[in-house]
Amino acid sequence: MHVPDGFIDAATSVGTGVVAAGGLGVSLRKAARALRDFHVPLAGVTAALIFALQMLNFPVLPGVSGHLMGGALAAILLGPWMGAAVVSVVVIVQALFFADGGVSALGVNVTNIALVTAFVAWPVFRVVLKILPKTRLSAMAAAMASAFVSVLAGSFAFVLEYALGGVGGAPIGTVLGAMTGIHALIGIGEGLITATALGTVLAVRPDLVQGVADVELSGTDTVPTGRAVTTFVLTGLVVAIALVLFVAPFASPHPDGLETVAEETGFASAAQEHPIGGPLADYQVAGVESETVGTIVSGIIGTVIAFAIGLGIVAVSRRRARSA
Amino acid sequence: MSGVHAHALHYHGHSPVHRLAPEVKIVAMFAFVAAVIATPTRAVWAFGFLAAVLAVAVGLAEIPMGFFLKRLSIEIPFVIFALAMPFVGQGPYVEVGSLSLSVPGLWGSWNVLAKATLSVGASIVLSATTEVADILSGFDRLRAPRLLTAIAGFMVRYLEVVVSELGRVRTAIAARLGDLSRRREAATLAAVSGTMFIRAYERGERIHQAMLARGYQGVMPAAAAPELPVRWSGMVAWAASAWVVAAAAILTT
Repeated sequence: MHVPDGFIDAATSVGTGVVAAGGLGVSLRKAARALRDFHVPLAGVTAALIFALQMLNFPVLPGVSGHLMGGALAAILLGPWMGAAVVSVVVIVQALFFADGGVSALGVNVTNIALVTAFVAWPVFRVVLKILPKTRLSAMAAAMASAFVSVLAGSFAFVLEYALGGVGGAPIGTVLGAMTGIHALIGIGEGLITATALGTVLAVRPDLVQGVADVELSGTDTVPTGRAVTTFVLTGLVVAIALVLFVAPFASPHPDGLETVAEETGFASAAQEHPIGGPLADYQVAGVESETVGTIVSGIIGTVIAFAIGLGIVAVSRRRARSA
Repeated sequence: MSGVHAHALHYHGHSPVHRLAPEVKIVAMFAFVAAVIATPTRAVWAFGFLAAVLAVAVGLAEIPMGFFLKRLSIEIPFVIFALAMPFVGQGPYVEVGSLSLSVPGLWGSWNVLAKATLSVGASIVLSATTEVADILSGFDRLRAPRLLTAIAGFMVRYLEVVVSELGRVRTAIAARLGDLSRRREAATLAAVSGTMFIRAYERGERIHQAMLARGYQGVMPAAAAPELPVRWSGMVAWAASAWVVAAAAILTT
């Protein structure tokens, strides 16, 4: 998710830089007003924690690992403004001191990883919590849904930036399919971690969670296990996928909005079919009306197939290692 | 990501670059990266000159090549990513052996490789010659939002504490639960993330109380860093040379 230098052209980098600076400025002001001077050490230590948690990779596909982005968790725990500010600091420090993510891509990375995730996760969490019965499990399901949707939103923001000023001429459909597919999987991991972490905090210090500050939750005081986990995971995922399918058609009244943008910017001028065809060629599934939804569906199907193949390889190699 | 410890980023030395004021180096780094990004992809020769400009800075900073290359290896994941571009890009295609590679994709790979390498190199020179606290005070003097630099300062200061605490928790998990499957380990770590947040929050509270006890009144006192000479002339000449290369490349392509 951390975009390197040279991936997005200069004009788009500057443009997203302005967006990021504006969003971060507003977030800082709102966060400062909400928490007075107490916020500085708290925000700093939380940023350090998110940095540390981002270093724990979980496998998505063999060779591809995802890590917690933390935008949703930070927003639910600290509120959207403070959450966005804290994750922005993490992204900036990573770029400047650790060369993780390009310096010129700072605007892109702050926008996608901090601002979009926090500002998408917060309303989704609040709305889902409002709909579901007021229990701890519901809060975890809402966290699962909001984390999943926020990761997808972050990857969509990247696709939009790539359509505006991406380098390398990859067809926008391919980029959308690949990004959506991989981030659907990362989103499930993000959702699981966010929900479980929130469950722990709710069990011990529910007063710390900004996202439920005005909600009275019922439920046991222990971290859920077994069937309870299945309940919140499935509820969260069903809600998330329903949200994506419900919102996607509204988000792009023009079924191929991204393609339009691409054409207007001359991005797709050299569009040409790739010589290698396949059942998912051009990332479309036959019988699915909207191009965008079709691309997303085929991206998810393709990734699940790749995931299954990967799991098979891992299982076989493990058995070999054991018998050796 | 390996080098978490902030002091591992720094290469102790007394070179002319080490002795420059941090704000000068920050501006130089951003100016250099901007020149790199502005240089057109197809002006291949220009990237050679830009690399030479960067090499001058590395040489003046007296950073050993081994240290520099080791820090540069952080971009390997991006390199792998960039190498995929010729396989997914659009036509026209070029035949290399039995492979059909996308020409725009090849240029895209080159663009990311060249620009990311040069930019990462510039940020390595900055972090290798400047202590983290000095970089933050440099940003303060460049009028970056105080709140932002203050949060970043606390983050960097407590990073090692939090990372080693996470390490201790993982050791404790391993000692009590033994060799877990990846799935069980991930589930345990997720729950630990919640506990770690509570600890971070309570640590934040304690730090704040300690600060109040020492007379904190809402503004961090300026870091007592030794005043370094602000010499803009050398830096302007250095960054300008990068911009001359960029401008020549833009005009000739």
